[in-house]
Amino acid sequence: MLMPDDFLENHIGLIFGSGMTELLKTPLHALHVELGGKMVPFAGYEMPVQFPAGIMAEHQHTRDKAGLFDVSHMGQVVIDGDAWEAIAIAFETLVPMDVLGLGENRQRYGLFTNPDGGIMDDLMFANRGDHLFVVVNAACKDDDLANMKAALEPALNVSAITNRALLALQGPAAESVLASLAPEAADMRFMDVATLTIDGVECWVSRSGYTGEDGYEISVPADSAEALARALLAHDDVMPIGLGARDSLRLEAGLCLYGHDIDDGTTPSEAALTWAIQKVRRSGGAREGGFPGAEPILAELTEGAPRKRVGLRPEGRAPMREGVPLFAAAEGGSEIGRITSGGFGPTVGGPVAMGYVPTDMAEPGTTLYGELRGKRLPVTVTALPFVEARFKR
Amino acid sequence: MKYTEEHEWLLEEGDLIVVGITEYAAEQLGDVVFIELPEEGTEVSKDDEVVVIESVKAASDILAPLDGEIVEVNSALTDDPGKVNEDPTGAAWFFKIKPSDLSPMDDYMDDAAYKDFIGD
Repeated sequence: MLMPDDFLENHIGLIFGSGMTELLKTPLHALHVELGGKMVPFAGYEMPVQFPAGIMAEHQHTRDKAGLFDVSHMGQVVIDGDAWEAIAIAFETLVPMDVLGLGENRQRYGLFTNPDGGIMDDLMFANRGDHLFVVVNAACKDDDLANMKAALEPALNVSAITNRALLALQGPAAESVLASLAPEAADMRFMDVATLTIDGVECWVSRSGYTGEDGYEISVPADSAEALARALLAHDDVMPIGLGARDSLRLEAGLCLYGHDIDDGTTPSEAALTWAIQKVRRSGGAREGGFPGAEPILAELTEGAPRKRVGLRPEGRAPMREGVPLFAAAEGGSEIGRITSGGFGPTVGGPVAMGYVPTDMAEPGTTLYGELRGKRLPVTVTALPFVEARFKR
Repeated sequence: MKYTEEHEWLLEEGDLIVVGITEYAAEQLGDVVFIELPEEGTEVSKDDEVVVIESVKAASDILAPLDGEIVEVNSALTDDPGKVNEDPTGAAWFFKIKPSDLSPMDDYMDDAAYKDFIGD
């Protein structure tokens, strides 16, 4: 057997640059190693791709019970100023989202856009009363921070939070597990945020995640992160989960991985993320436009995009991964699009993928063909997500 | 049993050679989710890519260790690729080859040499 290209490692090296010599470590690094995590470079960090249970078991465990993820490599940013209104209005110049209308202790999914209408990053932002709390992707965090500082300072303060870890607890048992340490966690609903004291430590908690399951994301002081992780892992229902299963879980949930399914060359309409742009920022809305790329993005919202991100189910068992070219017919014709994320979906029990196709071929049920090892194999356009979300709304 | 540097094991069975992958290889691959086997009767040359094997995180190829004819494949693996993780050196053999030239067998590693090779 030719030893495999480590799909995840290569994949990641290509996107985020493997020239980085010194890999960063999260506050949970020693715990990952102790738990037998297979460590790989990811976005400049040394992260566990899997634990001894393996990707398939970790994936299933998260869907059945609860999984604990270290997402400390992601960027945490606090934006503060004199008043929430001023912060919200200023942040709306960077994202096509309704920030001002976001209730206190509520969180929302957002996109940083560029003047061409492309997506510079996707993010979560929360109204934490007197400040905005933002979580961005690890690979983009330096650029995001620079952009936010350039746009918002000196009127507002933009601070990277580097002394806190970020954990995600995901799965149907997440509520009972976290509530055993902080009973108020059970009262939160999807996209609520709260400051909870867990074991005497102040944690910034949101009821959210990136697996399609109910769960929480917990920002915890770095020096208390390992103790919290151990307290969570002490529950029989909780297993540590690596990046491999994080990827298959989010893929089944139809969620985008930045740098793969979305990037600065894809627009919100193409990416099928128009649901994230609230009415108030669209044409005719009270705070229409006023974000980078407003003109092309709003025009495309009305006119439609020439291509669209769709779910794809390859027939048979062969996984179709990122880069597989798509065709309209079993023979002849030129490439019509490409797969941007793909692999085996453990809960689906077969291969699943996402990719971009011309809008007139984006209707669920349409048969297309993916070229794998020189052979065109049928794939069916499928509504996303592949696995229904189980958020506690 | 003999071993190749590509982590295949080869077992003589009468005038045939049974081929599979080692436990070490199966562990490195992780959960196997897809296997494409050659057709019975295919004539192959040494180092031809004859099997495609994909795990949750990687795609890989199995090379023909010898010149010869693929006379039997383990089609049960197509429906249950996870067998490769459960029993790589037993139930999860891939194919049986009728070699036309057995000489490369002398170059392949024995048990002790393979253990050395994987640094065990």
